[in-house]
Amino acid sequence: MLDETQGYVTADGRKIGGVVMDMRNITLRFGGVEAIKNISFDIREGEVRAIIGPNGAGKSSMLNVISGFYVPQEGEVWFRGERRAPMKPFEVARQGIARTFQNIALFEGMSVLDNVMTGRLTQMKTGLFSQAIWRGAAEREEVENREICERVIDFLEIQHIRKTPVSRLPYGLKKRVELARALASEPKLLLLDEPMAGMNVEEKEDMSRFILSVNDEFGTTIALIEHDMGVVMDLSDRVVVMDYGKKIGDGTPDEVRNNQDVIDAYLGVSHD
Amino acid sequence: MSDTLIFGMEVFLNGLMAGVLYALVALGFVLIYKASGIFNYAQGVMALFAAMTLVGIMDGQVPFSHLINAVFGTEVHHFGWHLPALVGIVLSMGVMIGLAWLVQQIIFRHLIGQEPIILFMATIGLAYFMEGLGDLMWGADIKKLDVGLPQGINLWIDELTFNLFDYGFFIDNLDIVATVIAAILVLALVAFSQYTKQGRAMRAVADDHQAALSVGINLSFIWVMVWSVAGFVALVAGIMWGTKSGVQFSLSLIALKALPVLMLGGFTSIPGAIAGGLIIGVGEKLFEFLVGPMIGGATENWFAYVLALLFLVFRPQGLFGEKIIERV
Repeated sequence: MLDETQGYVTADGRKIGGVVMDMRNITLRFGGVEAIKNISFDIREGEVRAIIGPNGAGKSSMLNVISGFYVPQEGEVWFRGERRAPMKPFEVARQGIARTFQNIALFEGMSVLDNVMTGRLTQMKTGLFSQAIWRGAAEREEVENREICERVIDFLEIQHIRKTPVSRLPYGLKKRVELARALASEPKLLLLDEPMAGMNVEEKEDMSRFILSVNDEFGTTIALIEHDMGVVMDLSDRVVVMDYGKKIGDGTPDEVRNNQDVIDAYLGVSHD
Repeated sequence: MSDTLIFGMEVFLNGLMAGVLYALVALGFVLIYKASGIFNYAQGVMALFAAMTLVGIMDGQVPFSHLINAVFGTEVHHFGWHLPALVGIVLSMGVMIGLAWLVQQIIFRHLIGQEPIILFMATIGLAYFMEGLGDLMWGADIKKLDVGLPQGINLWIDELTFNLFDYGFFIDNLDIVATVIAAILVLALVAFSQYTKQGRAMRAVADDHQAALSVGINLSFIWVMVWSVAGFVALVAGIMWGTKSGVQFSLSLIALKALPVLMLGGFTSIPGAIAGGLIIGVGEKLFEFLVGPMIGGATENWFAYVLALLFLVFRPQGLFGEKIIERV
């Protein structure tokens, strides 16, 4: 089913393309602790890729490697067919990789709209001077960016809080605003760090719906981390399973579900 | 109308004007504090340094001339030119931007994520370094700064008030100019931070470093920009104070007067810096005028600090600062 170069077609008939992100033999250490041990996997264009595993498995570390917050000691990161030199998080973001955080990192003092607009910063090209006099190109650009943001805001159903300062919003909505900010940059790869963490059932269902329709409507490639197996299995096309920094499974949800190592890790067979 | 009231009005107006100058210095503090969480002790010295540089460039002084002469036994002092004020200001601004870049590269780039107290200590070091650097570059003597701003009594106000109250107010033209310039500066800064991409990025950095990185903002660039803007504000403040009372070491001490201004206005609020400056300016002049004679005068030296102390007790976040809420 999985063709190395051509991609594959999912059960529900979506076409998945070639490799966007290729992680090759990544090892990450903090002092003497190996958080990630020699892991390889890829993310393909248009798919929803999940990284799952119990707490402390190294999932977040892996996401931080992809988004440039951590630099691995060994291994190569290939993005869109090119090997990526170690770079700063803001440079990664400028390459078109957007992310959300497990503990929400929004600009609390700004309104929802302003937050989403910061997602467009990397896309804005006019200089300070033309912005200062607010003419021509700068104005057109501002209007265009505004339109894109409004579309994202509509899409995620947060119009009613557009002007509200983020600090006043409840947790579930903040998560959605963070997703909106990431989407506004029209990312080539969207990374979601536990998008459902701390949510109630209803909010989880909403978020799942949004993730699926983002993938469907915009064709956005999504990689997400989650430790709730149930949610992930319904959402994702392919799943990487990590435990104690190692990759113990990789494949479609069904393949992973029947993998003995994965079952052991989740049922808590003793490690020795 | 009673004499006290008329004098009081004049004192009030003069207090407002003095307050504008305090506010100008406080503004520089607020800018850096908002964007990087650094309390920049060196802001006052930056104003001094900017003013010294401006005088030096306009008069065609050779920088480090004493050092050069001492080392090489030469006798160079002047390039022999006199530049127009505008050229001098532009070149001085260039120096301040260069300085901002150096400060970021040499000091603060290595201190990202450190405790605020460590960043604060670094700015104290920076203040003393810049003080010495300024002396070494341009000499320690008191210099006269004249960029062509009008000075002396404003005759129009003098005449108007004389006709109204039989007593002409003494309002310095320079103070009026300073007020106008400060107003323009504040409007420009607000417009910059609200309506430009860099301004939006600056506010984002002030709010959350990690989130700012994740949307592709280059922290170092924003910090250099903020220090440059603070350098520009310092230059404006330096020009105003320097024109008023000569470019000399005591100029860096006005930074201390900005402290009570900040405590009143709040460290994070640009309008707060303005309001705080005006309140301190008017407050200390009126207090000196009304209460001073009863307790032997010289109240201007301490009034601002006592007022700030009261604020610290009853409203520690200042008039406009963000409310400090600690989640337990």
